[in-house]
Amino acid sequence: MSDKENLGEFTRRDRAWHPPAYTPQYKTSVLRSPGKALVSLRQSIGERTGPVFGHGDLDPLDNDLIRNYITTGEEAIGERIIVHGRVVDEMGRPVRNTLVEVWQANAGGRYRHRNDRYLAPLDPNFGGCGRCVTDEDGRYFFRTIKPGPYPWMNHNSDWRPSHIHFSLFGNAFAQRLVTQMYFEGDPLIPLCPIIGTIPDKAAVDRLVAKLDMNEMVPFDSLVYRFDLVLRGRRSTFFENRPEGN
Amino acid sequence: MPVDYLKETPSQTGGPYVHIGCLPAFAGLNLRTQEKLHVLAGGGVPGERIRIEGVVYDGSGHPLRDVMLELWQADSTGAYNAPGFRGWGRVGADAETGLWAFETIRPGATPWVDGRPQAPHCSLLLFARGINIHLHTRIYFDDRADANAADPALLSIELVHRRQTLIAARQAGDGIPTFRFDVHLQGARETVFFDC
Repeated sequence: MSDKENLGEFTRRDRAWHPPAYTPQYKTSVLRSPGKALVSLRQSIGERTGPVFGHGDLDPLDNDLIRNYITTGEEAIGERIIVHGRVVDEMGRPVRNTLVEVWQANAGGRYRHRNDRYLAPLDPNFGGCGRCVTDEDGRYFFRTIKPGPYPWMNHNSDWRPSHIHFSLFGNAFAQRLVTQMYFEGDPLIPLCPIIGTIPDKAAVDRLVAKLDMNEMVPFDSLVYRFDLVLRGRRSTFFENRPEGN
Repeated sequence: MPVDYLKETPSQTGGPYVHIGCLPAFAGLNLRTQEKLHVLAGGGVPGERIRIEGVVYDGSGHPLRDVMLELWQADSTGAYNAPGFRGWGRVGADAETGLWAFETIRPGATPWVDGRPQAPHCSLLLFARGINIHLHTRIYFDDRADANAADPALLSIELVHRRQTLIAARQAGDGIPTFRFDVHLQGARETVFFDC
């Protein structure tokens, strides 16, 4: 049975492992967190399916942030890296042909966004936007420059560790996930209120990409490995009772 | 010992610059400027053209002007992933007013877990600065009152008065039917959010 035909339910999301909505040390969450409990919803077909994005939706340079925003003929400035990894589900099965979107600041911690007013300059040859589709083994990679830390108005002021934002679709809307990747050894990680929204240290560790010297490209790029896990689709052995739930 | 599965990668906020990766032209990047992800249905897609619009409000009643929303729906016959209709859209709230809008078709009825029909609805996800894990809700339509009254998902909301927070209100006017769906993250009018 292909992934598309298997429309089994997904495992429960462990919301004690994810950050809760209300995390006052991250100030913006105070007014943006629901005060009432989430309502449990059985997964019907709309939760068990999701949009399909093919390799045909991508441009050739979409996974090369060093070159996909060149405006003055030069490549982006900064520490050249490749980020790669696998997307699997909780049962360890590859999540194939799924869209991975990434965005980040430049080497100096400045975002190319109309709302970012940080004094560090923009890099004319860096946009900070990329995407790719996982292969048959769930693998993805993209080329970029390592983003710099930047200050933000939380506790006057906090500094974000270097990070790359990730957005994943999986094969169903129930698997949708947006997260952030951090870099091994960054001393800002334990100080960050946004990382601090995650209750479990083991969960934080899962967001820290590891330096992968075995894969480095000599005289070109360092490499970081970042694996992701999406919710697993349950087997359909135990079908619904005919009388419903 | 519990059965050993891998743990899901934990969520983190999309942050205030979510548009760079998800709606680059909206962020001001000269990339994918032709992309109109808030338009789900091109000219050839069968079905009744509708517009869904609204504002997302925080706990103080202030519009979120940096929220990103994603819509997922069936086609007019109730089929997901139908050829010619992706069924997915994405939009950023207006940076001044917080208003967002999707242009789409009215979805058909889809089956509940036990085969009963669900009222026509769209799934909606919210991502933003200050939202640590995305919020999941549903949009129903107030001109389908009979179907809504029998909808298994709406009926599963124990507090009856809260069901109303998921029903978009048809606006008066001559153009294509427009439905208003405001989201309240917190407070007395708080929208129902699902765990599923």
